[in-house]
Amino acid sequence: MEILTILIPVSLFLGGVGLAAFFWALRKGQFDDPDGNAHRILRTDYDDKPKQ
Amino acid sequence: MTLAEDIGVGGGLSACPACAASPLAERQAHAYAAAGRMVFSLPAVHCAACIQTLEPGLEALPGIRSARVNLSMKRVSVDADAGVTPASLIAAIADLGYEAHELDAGLLSATETDRQGRDLLMRMGVAFFAMMNVMLLSVAVWSGAEDATRDMFHWISAAIALPTVVFAGQPFFRSAWASLKVWRLGMDVPISLAIILASSISLYETIHSGHHAYFDAAVMLTFFLLGGRYLDHRTRAVARSAAEELAALEVPRAMMLRDGSEVETPVAELSIGDLIRVRPGGRMPVDGVVEGGTSELDRSLLTGESLPAFAGPGMAVAAGEVNLTGPLVVRVVAAGRDSSLHRMADLVAVAEAARTRYTSLAERAARAYSPLVHLVSFSAFGAWLWLTGGDVRIAVNISAAVLIITCPCALGLAVPAVITAASGKLFRKGLLIKHGTALERLAEVDTVVFDKTGTLTMGAPEPLGLSDLPQQELAIAAALAAGSSHPLAVALAAAARRAGVPPVTVADLREVPGHGIEGVWAGRRVRLGRAEWCGGTPIGVTATYLCLGDRTPHAIAFADRLRPGAEAVVAGLLKQGMRVVLLSGDASGPVADLAERLGIREWHAGILPAEKAAFVAALRDAGARVLMVGDGLNDTGALALAHVSISPASALDAARTASDIVLLGRDLAPISDALRIARQSVRRIRENFALSAAYNVVAVPVALIGLATPLLAALAMSLSSITVSLNALRLR
Repeated sequence: MEILTILIPVSLFLGGVGLAAFFWALRKGQFDDPDGNAHRILRTDYDDKPKQ
Repeated sequence: MTLAEDIGVGGGLSACPACAASPLAERQAHAYAAAGRMVFSLPAVHCAACIQTLEPGLEALPGIRSARVNLSMKRVSVDADAGVTPASLIAAIADLGYEAHELDAGLLSATETDRQGRDLLMRMGVAFFAMMNVMLLSVAVWSGAEDATRDMFHWISAAIALPTVVFAGQPFFRSAWASLKVWRLGMDVPISLAIILASSISLYETIHSGHHAYFDAAVMLTFFLLGGRYLDHRTRAVARSAAEELAALEVPRAMMLRDGSEVETPVAELSIGDLIRVRPGGRMPVDGVVEGGTSELDRSLLTGESLPAFAGPGMAVAAGEVNLTGPLVVRVVAAGRDSSLHRMADLVAVAEAARTRYTSLAERAARAYSPLVHLVSFSAFGAWLWLTGGDVRIAVNISAAVLIITCPCALGLAVPAVITAASGKLFRKGLLIKHGTALERLAEVDTVVFDKTGTLTMGAPEPLGLSDLPQQELAIAAALAAGSSHPLAVALAAAARRAGVPPVTVADLREVPGHGIEGVWAGRRVRLGRAEWCGGTPIGVTATYLCLGDRTPHAIAFADRLRPGAEAVVAGLLKQGMRVVLLSGDASGPVADLAERLGIREWHAGILPAEKAAFVAALRDAGARVLMVGDGLNDTGALALAHVSISPASALDAARTASDIVLLGRDLAPISDALRIARQSVRRIRENFALSAAYNVVAVPVALIGLATPLLAALAMSLSSITVSLNALRLR
């Protein structure tokens, strides 16, 4: 049962990382155009390079 | 950083409440603030190839910094240097093969970021994270963890669940508080009560190392209900942005004449007495009097007449009419809020307010449900208090269990899940639902009233009986027609081309605005135009007249082309047993023709706008549920009075505002689909209510006799939520 003292914090930490990633994606507007994203993935040229 | 993010930074300005109070001033301010960023509506954009054509195509133009297509909203945002005008971009997009309309960026920015949606999603994310972790710990407790282990798991659960409930449950707490303040029991009161009771009892039990804790139930409840709330919000947000998009569609500008030169001016800045020039093909932005020039006016959107009317100096024109042949100089008599167009729109706003009184199925369910749940829970508390001889802990535990089990997880999802599925389905078919309860109202329809011009017909004429005309005369008519951009002339020229008529040469071709075209052929003067001008008598239907020298003029009659899908829709509605009525402001000849062609037995011609509205009102008072389909200003009254209304996207602003559903494509066929889907979704909503009631019938007695465990609560909750969601997806 001692393993729990490691496993529970680990599972919480990993869940937290997932949550943080979700927040980041949300703030970056990645959920603003679901239809467009579904189609953009089919494009042959990769269009999300940073534009300079 | 994406474009949407950019907008979010600038858009905060226009989200202020004061903007609603002074939209014009604010819009003005925004035009300067947002210079360089333009938004266009692209009704036809739908695929990956569209993105691939539009984005690089626009970015290749000089002065364009970036272009981003949003497929969900069917829009493109363009970031451009100051010199680039909207008109040039619309032309560029047309070259790429897409129809584009300029949208008012100031009006749109408020909705574009959708803060509320993001906020709900974020709370949902937190609730999901907590739900998964607490569930993991709860499974251990359910499978037999005891003593210190169980207590530790409960404490960890509490540490996760309590902050989550406080953060994620806020939308429910806030709305419950708001409804309590006005002494009403909304759906959110039992929800909030269940969440709060579940958390506090669990905390109490954890402190006293009790066996049962409902942390998982509290968090799960929050998550499922937030899901329903988010779906609901999505549907509303789509509808609202659609409405705003339509309002922003016509960026109102006019050509003002000042000191002999033309200045492009926003219509809002025109004042009485100003002179404006309206080009052929342009729409009258104001009410006014013609000062110079002659032309013909298409009044079909205002009155339903398909026959163009003559306009010359001294005649009154109304906002919304389309100038057909010659340029007109108009002196403004009433502009903006005072114009006839706006007065109509105001009438619509009044009718709109009346319509919101419709009680949706969800509201009716909540009204019956909330008092019942509270009553059951409180009587459980009282009964157990009495049974156990004053054991408050058991009594509170049981009444909380009742609240948790009856909590409207499924009820919260039952309606939004179905509505989201149905409106998504209809959007793909080309119907945009603007109003939240439109689907439910559509399902009750038993009478359908159609307008003629522009609704059942395209509003585009086609010449009739060309084969009766001698070949040579047709050739002359075609040659004359080729010299004009009048809709009748264009249609005639196209028809002659299709018929393969060899062209003849007519000399000295000259268009007389407001009258017709004349020229010289074989030494004789030939004319194509209005009856009076050709020396004939009008024949009562839409027609143009051809005269060769002094001979009696030939009338070439025109009929409006049917909108695609019109026949199918009318046939489909009649088959569904609907009463179909045709109401038109046009003369009885063309109306009777059309009614016969479509198989409509009940039709009325020459109906004035007020009579249309009265007709619909009379039907309504007789108990009929009317679906009105119309596009013109003359239909707006009827559209607003009908039980539910549909207008095509080509309709006038006011008509689209007045209707609940907008038909995006040219085809009418989706209307009968919409009726079918609406009836089906109401059936699904009722089924969902029945399903969640059935769960309660089983689970509530168990909870009442004190046998409800957290495991049972979790099972009942997730099972019922999943069944109603799956049932919603069954929509075909």
